[in-house]
Amino acid sequence: MCLGIPGQITEITDKEHQLAMVNISGVQRQVNIACIIDENHPIDTCINDWVLVHVGFAMNRLDEQEAAETLQLLHELALAE
Amino acid sequence: MKYVDEFRDPQKAKALLREIQTLTTQFGKTASQPLKVMEVCGGHTHSIFKYGLEEILPDTIELIHGPGCPVCVMPRGRLDDAIAIADYPNVILTTFGDAMRVPGSQKSLLQAKAVGADIRMVYSPLDSLQIAKDNPDKEVVFFGLGFETTAPSTALTILQADAEGLQNFSMFCNHVLVIPALQALLDNPDLQLDAFIGPGHVSMVIGTEPYHFIAQQYQKPLVVSGFEPLDILQSLWMILQQLIQGRCEVENQYDRIVKPEGNSVALNAMNTVFEVRQKFEWRGLGDIPNSGFKIRPKYAQFDAEVKFTLPNRQVADHKACQCGEILKGVMKPWQCKVFGTACTPENPIGTCMVSSEGACAAYYKYGRLSKVAKTAVGIN
Repeated sequence: MCLGIPGQITEITDKEHQLAMVNISGVQRQVNIACIIDENHPIDTCINDWVLVHVGFAMNRLDEQEAAETLQLLHELALAE
Repeated sequence: MKYVDEFRDPQKAKALLREIQTLTTQFGKTASQPLKVMEVCGGHTHSIFKYGLEEILPDTIELIHGPGCPVCVMPRGRLDDAIAIADYPNVILTTFGDAMRVPGSQKSLLQAKAVGADIRMVYSPLDSLQIAKDNPDKEVVFFGLGFETTAPSTALTILQADAEGLQNFSMFCNHVLVIPALQALLDNPDLQLDAFIGPGHVSMVIGTEPYHFIAQQYQKPLVVSGFEPLDILQSLWMILQQLIQGRCEVENQYDRIVKPEGNSVALNAMNTVFEVRQKFEWRGLGDIPNSGFKIRPKYAQFDAEVKFTLPNRQVADHKACQCGEILKGVMKPWQCKVFGTACTPENPIGTCMVSSEGACAAYYKYGRLSKVAKTAVGIN
């Protein structure tokens, strides 16, 4: 029920209703991006952002640096074995 | 970076498993007295079975599948109310696919649809608005359910319906809240737990702050986790690190998505449209105070509970069904006498067999037999 799938914003399709096209594993889907827009992230700057999509809404951005740090930690753990 | 495949790397999983094995032994856990960790979220339950994690984890860890599956905790009386709405003339009921097979006292939404009710599955609550615009002579009611992950999307849908002046759309609100459910579990003397794997996508909305009482008042570590196999294994490793170091904290393994403060836009939408109910009935757990959302009076024109007269009855669970004990983590699915016989995903008696996030459906679908179950059915 709380399923979320990462996808990448490819196009802003409707500024008024805050809708964007998102590529989710190769499938193009229009989603609402209201939850990821604020003064630091105006709608025009969202293209190419990775977001987590849940029931047709982008609920949060994915943080590439945090993801990379997690993977690096796990890589070091594997090396230490 | 695609944020999926990278978190399914078998080499890293093997390293984590070896670490987990070492740490549980170091912590003095044995197969007869394992470390008991509850994964609260049904999404985690689904991942654990899908990737076979329960099979590859050492016997020194026991995973307990918690009540974080909105379909599984949906009481039969609320389902009956939804079917009553769908049976009104000129009503189109829309809902997520997960809810279609949940048994009410007489039938499910799918069975109600089969005998003529206009019930439609939607991918997003916003799709219901389009259906309302396409059918101006019908009342479109969205059967809204889910935790705080889903509540912002339905709140934003109501705000959009309000902005567009839609007169023929409303919502039957069944949103539930994670924190009061955890509180109820922690206060249950039957439940023996060492730690929690915290829900990832609920935390994406509410942040990590609301869980601190679990670490501080109940002395249980909680690690908010992602849903890929490496996420869940790393979360278990982090829990073990805490226990060995004598710490009891809320930690965030899923920091690529979850921020301590949550998502302010989503929280604002939720708080604008919804208020907390005095109590809400949870299947298997009974009434839990302050554990559900209802639509604020300001948006009463979009509240199906105001627009329609409903049966509003509490209906006891099926006598043979032991979903309640399974949801509380005090019983395993295969210990229920109707599991896999009278109760199957095709013909569920209990809600834990309906959703792929329910513990019973997960055991049934992925054919998992724990070592205890293997012994029980005579498999060596």
